[in-house]
This record gives sequence, C-alpha cells and structure tokens, in this order.
Amino acid sequence: MEGLLFYGLAAIMVISSCMVILRKNPVHSALFLVLTFFCLAGLYLLLQAQFIAAVQIIVYAGAIMVLFIFVIMLLNLDNEVASESGHGVQKFWAMLLCIVLAVSFVSIMTARVFTGEKGDFPPGVVNTVGNSEVIGKLLFTEYLLPFEIASVLLLAAILGAIILAKKKL
Amino acid sequence: MVPTAHYLILSVILFFIGVLGVFVRRNAIVIFMCIELMFNSANLAFIAFARHLDSMDGQIFVFFVMTVAAAEAAVGLGIIIALYRNRETVNVDDINLMKW
Repeated sequence: MEGLLFYGLAAIMVISSCMVILRKNPVHSALFLVLTFFCLAGLYLLLQAQFIAAVQIIVYAGAIMVLFIFVIMLLNLDNEVASESGHGVQKFWAMLLCIVLAVSFVSIMTARVFTGEKGDFPPGVVNTVGNSEVIGKLLFTEYLLPFEIASVLLLAAILGAIILAKKKL
Repeated sequence: MVPTAHYLILSVILFFIGVLGVFVRRNAIVIFMCIELMFNSANLAFIAFARHLDSMDGQIFVFFVMTVAAAEAAVGLGIIIALYRNRETVNVDDINLMKW
C-alpha cells in the first residue's frame, strides 16, 4: 500500500513538474506546480512528517502560489508567450548537462548504503505525543535563536517587497 | 517501507527538472517557479533523511527552508513587478544589462 502510494505520487510529481517547464502559458505552469506541491505533501505524510505536510499545503500551495498567480494576473504577459522560441543550442546543452548530472547523482545514491547514528525520534515515540508537539518543543528550545532570526528575515522580506513594488519611494 | 534511496532519486529528478527549466525558459516568472521546484526537491531529501535517521532535525530544517523560500518569493516577485514597470517585459533575454 505504501509503495503503491509512493510510486503513484512520484509519477504524478515527475509528470506535472515536466509540464511546469513545458507549458508555454505561465498560468498553466503555476497550476501544475500546485499539483506537484500537493503530491509532495502526500510524500511528507508517508515519511511521518505530518506538520511539514500541513505547512507545505498552507504555505507553498496556498500562500506562495497565490502570490505567483497574483503577479501573473497583474502583469500582462500575452506577448511573452511567443518569445520562448530560439536558443536551440543552449537547450540541447542544458538537456545534456542535466541528464548527465542526474544520472551521476542517481548512480551515487544507489551505490551507497546510507548509515548514520539513529536519532531520538523514531515514529513510535513521536506518534505518542504528536509530530507538531515535538517540532514545537524543539523550535522553542534547541532552535530558538534560528526561529527568532527567521522572524527578522520575514520582517526584512516584507519591507523589501513593499519598497520594491512601490511606484515611488 | 519504501527505501530511502528511492526518495532521494525522486528528489534528484525533481531538482534537475528545475535546473533544466531555469536553463530553457525565458519567462522570469517561470524561472522563479523552477527555483521553487529545486527548493522543494531539497526539502524532500531533508525529510527522507530525517525519516531514515529517526531524527527531527531534518523537519526543523525544512521549516526554515520554507521560511527562506517565502521571503525569497516575496522579494523576487517584487523585483519582477519593478522590472515589468520599467521595461514592460519579463523576458530574461531583454533584461541583460548586467550580463557579462
């Protein structure tokens, strides 16, 4: 059952992410990207990361992709659709480079047996208290400083986005 | 259980689809979407290793990667809007003032 879900979701993800780069219309690309993110959330559930799966749907498929579609709607991109042609040589070398690098990465990952010291959170232990509770505890104890820095980063991003998108300073 | 290597192979495939999109597409917004795709493939590798090693640190890292990705998307789309306002295009072939 788990294997069936994984390979099904993986196939949908690969196909829809190919459609992201193949469709000429950016709105279609954005919608296929949303589909990819939903399938990724399903994979996170299979990997026992329930909190991250929820955040993936809310933040990525919700907030970030709405922002993308909003910008696409805001800009008038009708005359951009036709300008994708050309650069045949660049496309050929890019394809070759990506295939060679992907094959070499995959061969490394299948040749290795991944070992390492097991952590303190096997799924049985986590599921007795709940995934979100464990993450919340870690965020506010061990990772408190990165958490606060992330809030400052978001504040800077809000200010930056407003200043960049403003007509006149 | 699905072996960790399969998750990593999927992550590699998604990453290189993203790289290919950055190379072949001319529309700045689609290039941005491909960057998000690469972020997500890295997140998948993080979560797969976190599950493999029974650790929570990978999930915390993904949380922070998502924060940075949200900040990057907001600022990047702001830059694209500013560009469109000045140049009337988001085609990266026409926006090459800083290209060597």
